[in-house]
Amino acid sequence: MAKLNFEVEELTGEIKIPAINPGATAHVKPNPSKDEHNTALGFPGGLVENWEAKAVEKMGELLGKYKSLRVFMDSCVRCGSCTDKCHYFIGTGDPNNMPVARQELMRKVYRRNFNPGGKLLGALAGAEDMSQSVMDQWNSYFHQCSQCRRCSVYCPYGIDTAEVSMAAREIMNSVGIGQKYCNEILGKVTTVGNNLGLQKAALANTLEFLEEDVEEETGHAVKFPLDVKGADVLLIAPSADFFSSPHIEGLTGYAKVFHEAGVSWTISSYASEFANFGMFIGSFDTMQTVAKRIRDAAIELGVKRIIVGECGHAWRVAYSFWHTLIGPWDFLDPKYQTPTHIAEFTLDLIQRGGLKLDKSANDERVVTFHDSCNVARASRMGDMPGGQFEIPRAVIRAVCNNFVEMDENTIREFTYCCGGGGGLLTDELMEIRVKGVSPRAQALHEVMERKGVNTMAAICAICKAQFTKVLPEYGFDMEVVASLHQLVSDAIILGGKPGV
Amino acid sequence: MSIELNGVTYETDEDGYLVNVDQWNKDVAVVLAKDEGVEMSDNHWEVVDFLREYYEEYKIAPMIRILTKAIGKKLGKEKGNTKYLYELYPGGPAKQACKIAGLPKPTGCV
Ligand code: SF4
Ligand code: SF4
Repeated sequence: MAKLNFEVEELTGEIKIPAINPGATAHVKPNPSKDEHNTALGFPGGLVENWEAKAVEKMGELLGKYKSLRVFMDSCVRCGSCTDKCHYFIGTGDPNNMPVARQELMRKVYRRNFNPGGKLLGALAGAEDMSQSVMDQWNSYFHQCSQCRRCSVYCPYGIDTAEVSMAAREIMNSVGIGQKYCNEILGKVTTVGNNLGLQKAALANTLEFLEEDVEEETGHAVKFPLDVKGADVLLIAPSADFFSSPHIEGLTGYAKVFHEAGVSWTISSYASEFANFGMFIGSFDTMQTVAKRIRDAAIELGVKRIIVGECGHAWRVAYSFWHTLIGPWDFLDPKYQTPTHIAEFTLDLIQRGGLKLDKSANDERVVTFHDSCNVARASRMGDMPGGQFEIPRAVIRAVCNNFVEMDENTIREFTYCCGGGGGLLTDELMEIRVKGVSPRAQALHEVMERKGVNTMAAICAICKAQFTKVLPEYGFDMEVVASLHQLVSDAIILGGKPGV
Repeated sequence: MSIELNGVTYETDEDGYLVNVDQWNKDVAVVLAKDEGVEMSDNHWEVVDFLREYYEEYKIAPMIRILTKAIGKKLGKEKGNTKYLYELYPGGPAKQACKIAGLPKPTGCV
């Protein structure tokens, strides 16, 4: 990779509030999408005529559609509580990365057009017309928000900057300003079936390879079935699980768990993606188109239930929106909840004695857990409050002897984003990706120094890809990053139990 | 963006990947490598050759473990691992080696 042309913070184990540095990352912008990427999603190819007015019109439409957006625009009292809570502000010092300032980029246009005082007094009331310079700021700073919702936890009014940035991106797309990374990928998932553009033959080859590889290593014929009609379980995994490390090791873990459980399962080549970037660009329609492939595949294959793999934002989409997007689930077996997270399935199996585990297989590891933002703050898991925190931890404790938490202000609902979420996992945004991981990097460094941690487990494809890429810039070994089910995979004694 | 070499223009995208996979040849690979700060050795070429072969058949780069295993078979078991691939291509086998091999940039959560 080309050398970084910015400085990387030194590891001290401490998360420090930076000196303010106006405009520090104003130059960081996403690559613009090609016209065909936009039109494929139903957006205008290039910048539309009279775009300033059209953007304001779209804002008006969204304010009518999402009551919460109007509340967020109106209710900020500038208390300042959110200002130092965003990892991008902490990493860059750029005041526009303070959540309140990020919202303000939209609020000033809102005031000018939808608020009586702003209409009358203009700049005096902090109101501003939509213009090229405002749009430049939007394009920079709404793409320096990973929609992680950390700021909203600290806001007394619950103002959710993630929703503001989704709305901003929806407005941008509606006037023809698209982000290449998200829009190109959405084109692939809606045609090929996954973000990677992995076609059926390649997927089949990958899965066959894994079968051989696992059998070579363990002597057990663990299957990775593809497009098997009549299977009980449809597994929907993020496509990174078919491609990268440590994602693949997680997929291997799921397969071993199913093998031991004795359930028949399958992957679908048609719906070979759990990720749903429709959420990142704030587009309900796109989100629905992407999700619908999963419903169609489940019906076509005649499965009884859907279990999903390790992916953070997709879990939010599945847990919070699937029912509205692609329900009802009348074609599935009502005995099971839809969706089921693989961590829930595994923990349940462990608790019922259905997995034989050798924890000592992970004895060289001292493990900590990174809560993924979308799992932690935008969804739940299982049937108890906080299940999204406890279930993955219970799985880790069941398969590892050494588990240690990071600083309490950096985990559970206070977790810091990996820095690559929200559609920012692309090379041209590397500067904010590297800087944005700094709070997580410091917290990890601290437990490595103090408690000998050498492994950080995650349950999100984006977190894993982002960490393996950017943590080495701070001097970490990329192998500190592990999939939750990689730890499970290493501890399972195959053939140990008849399934239950 | 583009690369000019021996009277031929090679169009590249904003990240420096060749736009046309079929235009690739070893000379332009050396230029792409230099741009990445990579000096091509025989072992570097083994990786690039395997990527091209795999792409030819499957229209995508291989999953990382398929690549490490293939390299292990060709260059010896001790080299069949991710660490060695990163020694060859510090920017990552999926992105940097693909770029030098003229393959399109992998998209998604990678
Ligand atoms: S949602 Fe996350 S990334 Fe966006 S402003 Fe809030 S803390 Fe920052
Ligand atoms: S915490 Fe909420 S009310 Fe306070 S400044 Fe931030 S957005 Fe405004």
